[in-house]
Amino acid sequence: MKTRKLTYILLFFISLSSCAQDKNPVNNKNSHEIIVPDLINPWGFVFLPDASILITEKEGKIIHFKNKIKKEIKGLPNIYVRGQGGLLDINIHPDYKNNGWVYFSYASPKGEEKGGNTAIMRAKIKNDSLIEKQLFYKAEPNTTRGQHFGSRIVFDKDGYLFFSIGERGNRDENPQDITKDGGKIYRLNDDGTIPEDNPFVNSENAKTAIWSYGHRNPQGMELHPETKAIWSHEHGPKGGDEINIIEKGKNYGWPVITYGKNYSGTSITDETEKEGMEQPLHYWDPSIAPSGMAFISSDKYGDWKGSLLVGSLKFSYLDRCTLKNGKVIKEERLLDDIGRVRSIEQGPDGFIYVGVENLGIVKLIRS
Amino acid sequence: MKNFSFILCLLIFICSCNSSDKKIAENLISVRQDFSEGKEIYNDFCIQCHMPNGEGVPKTFPPLANSDYLKNNRIKSIKAIKYGLSGEITVNGVKYNTTMAAQGLSDKEIASVMNYITNSWGNKNNSLITEEEVSKIER
Repeated sequence: MKTRKLTYILLFFISLSSCAQDKNPVNNKNSHEIIVPDLINPWGFVFLPDASILITEKEGKIIHFKNKIKKEIKGLPNIYVRGQGGLLDINIHPDYKNNGWVYFSYASPKGEEKGGNTAIMRAKIKNDSLIEKQLFYKAEPNTTRGQHFGSRIVFDKDGYLFFSIGERGNRDENPQDITKDGGKIYRLNDDGTIPEDNPFVNSENAKTAIWSYGHRNPQGMELHPETKAIWSHEHGPKGGDEINIIEKGKNYGWPVITYGKNYSGTSITDETEKEGMEQPLHYWDPSIAPSGMAFISSDKYGDWKGSLLVGSLKFSYLDRCTLKNGKVIKEERLLDDIGRVRSIEQGPDGFIYVGVENLGIVKLIRS
Repeated sequence: MKNFSFILCLLIFICSCNSSDKKIAENLISVRQDFSEGKEIYNDFCIQCHMPNGEGVPKTFPPLANSDYLKNNRIKSIKAIKYGLSGEITVNGVKYNTTMAAQGLSDKEIASVMNYITNSWGNKNNSLITEEEVSKIER
């Protein structure tokens, strides 16, 4: 009798201590080839029509990688490098070939207050320098807090510009208030103006660029190759990282509902669902700390086609999520232990490229 | 029965990654010693990787709690926070090879957070670090 009791208690504690682990199985039948070596933190990257790559380094550099040579692009705006802030994502206009517009997000110190907040800028590149710089958006107010700048940039099928800004470590004020920046996904026209049919254009004092709210810190956003819906994921606290499909005017719940807890293990809220707030399509507990996102839409990887790829900063792998009827039904670890996976893109050649901290950009090879 | 309690205690100890109340209580003691500014910086910039009780993440982020590295490498530790750290280090007999980026903290903030972490979770540092000491440390 005593033994059985002890066994129960043992099992109970074993289940508790599993917190820092992640049960996704390792798939070893894949490897990588280093394409761009020696990068510190390739926060974002984008392929240009000539197959060269524009890469952002968080510390505040844009690198143009062409014919195996790195060139630094000059003329960047002032960048606030502190905590999770710095130079963030980069993308190009859908019609880049004809207009040359490059869009990027960064932590900016611009403004009266001390500190910084996320900004979106577009510019063209001439003689390895940024020209015709236009500041599209600068979140307010500045703060010296180190957390949650976001940010990812995508264009949807109609050419609208979407970008995310995290809640800047102020979860009690920002994410649920549409008159404040932070904890939002925004939508602009490609020229920086605010679309007339944005959801909150007629709401009093609202930040009218807001498209959706109730987010914590989205660092992955991508257009689904078939449905063309905007998929995003975001960091939860301890547990509660989420994948969401982003829709007009919707509230994704942070911090009123969450599957996560405070880092200390204390509770944030008892509620995981509430009317008027969206449920995630998928959540991770324990947190994997997701960054970067891509769908495999090419035929280069056999039956991996249609998978969603998400980088894990915390556990250093590329998470392949098998989707069925819009749900994640299976996950497995690719490139296990490669390093902190920060950014992912499917290249024009159909191969998957992965930005890894303190390694570089690597090509995923299925063997 | 005595044996049983011992096993229980051992298990609680093993499960400490789930931050038991006991550990939270330790944090409170630190606050009373007025490392509150350092604690605030820790909770803002460090906690995501080094965790609430300085326990780190196995294989990835080294612990600060009861850390021999932190105890024996005062200058190197300050340098790591100020300029970042890369390359292999050994902490409590375990090797780590994850890079830590500089967080953009001021010298005063670095002194505060150093004083907090070197006086928390089983660490004790009687010779407190000043802003001036941090300012003199070069790459």
